[in-house]
Amino acid sequence: MRYITGMATPGTSDPRAWVDLHGDVLVRYAMLRLGDPHLSEDLVQETFLAALKARDTFKGASSERTWLVGILKHKIFDYYRQKGREIPVGEGESLQPGGEATFFNQDGMWKDGPEEWGGDPAALFGKKEFLAQVTKCVSGLTPRLAHAFTLREIDGQESKEICKVLGVSETNLWVILHRARMLMRRCLEIHWFGGDAGKR
Amino acid sequence: MLSCKDTTLLVSESMDRTLPLGRRLAKRLHLMMCVLCARYERQLFMMREVLKRAGAEEDPPGPDDVTLSPEAKERIKKALNHP
Repeated sequence: MRYITGMATPGTSDPRAWVDLHGDVLVRYAMLRLGDPHLSEDLVQETFLAALKARDTFKGASSERTWLVGILKHKIFDYYRQKGREIPVGEGESLQPGGEATFFNQDGMWKDGPEEWGGDPAALFGKKEFLAQVTKCVSGLTPRLAHAFTLREIDGQESKEICKVLGVSETNLWVILHRARMLMRRCLEIHWFGGDAGKR
Repeated sequence: MLSCKDTTLLVSESMDRTLPLGRRLAKRLHLMMCVLCARYERQLFMMREVLKRAGAEEDPPGPDDVTLSPEAKERIKKALNHP
């Protein structure tokens, strides 16, 4: 949606209207990436305040929504960056709680292999509850695993970029992502595909 | 012959970079013979597909109850009026 049509000079709509126009959308965007309602609201607030200050830089080349989402995205990356500095490398990266023995026996063979997922996986995208479950599963990961997984699989960032944001080496990142995927797949299998949920 | 444990690491790693030829072939050989690891790979790609689509949306499909709380809305509106 564009709000600049018909105006003499490009600009944003009245900032007082932003919260009602874009607040819910921005918080959903943040929740998918952070999984924490309070943190999401805080970053959305910061986004609006930053946008207010930078109002003059809005040229109307994109929609107001896209502009705000862009600012929020930066805020989220900044948050990951800050967390990355706080967590020492090598900490909170293991396959908790049981480690690899949860998944594989001593010979490196599956203990309980991946089960066949029921239902129509292709239809998952339209299911709001599925993304809510994804968010819950991501929240169960340690922060570094969660942030790496989100940056790679939701935001589609390249490895090199993620390494910069999180302050880890590429070799380290590949292991982190491997563990995150292992845990995420299992979490979804238990909480979504387990039982009849997948057939909904 | 790679173990399943080693193979899952290569399956994941190949989603982030191009594997060296030797490991790529070893992975492929294992996947041809191991139904569980092949399923694992398929599910990781499916997870990626769904999440990538959600991530590309400015307004991602989420539960309707994921909204900015009324208190937060009030707070932010006040802050916008008195930055």
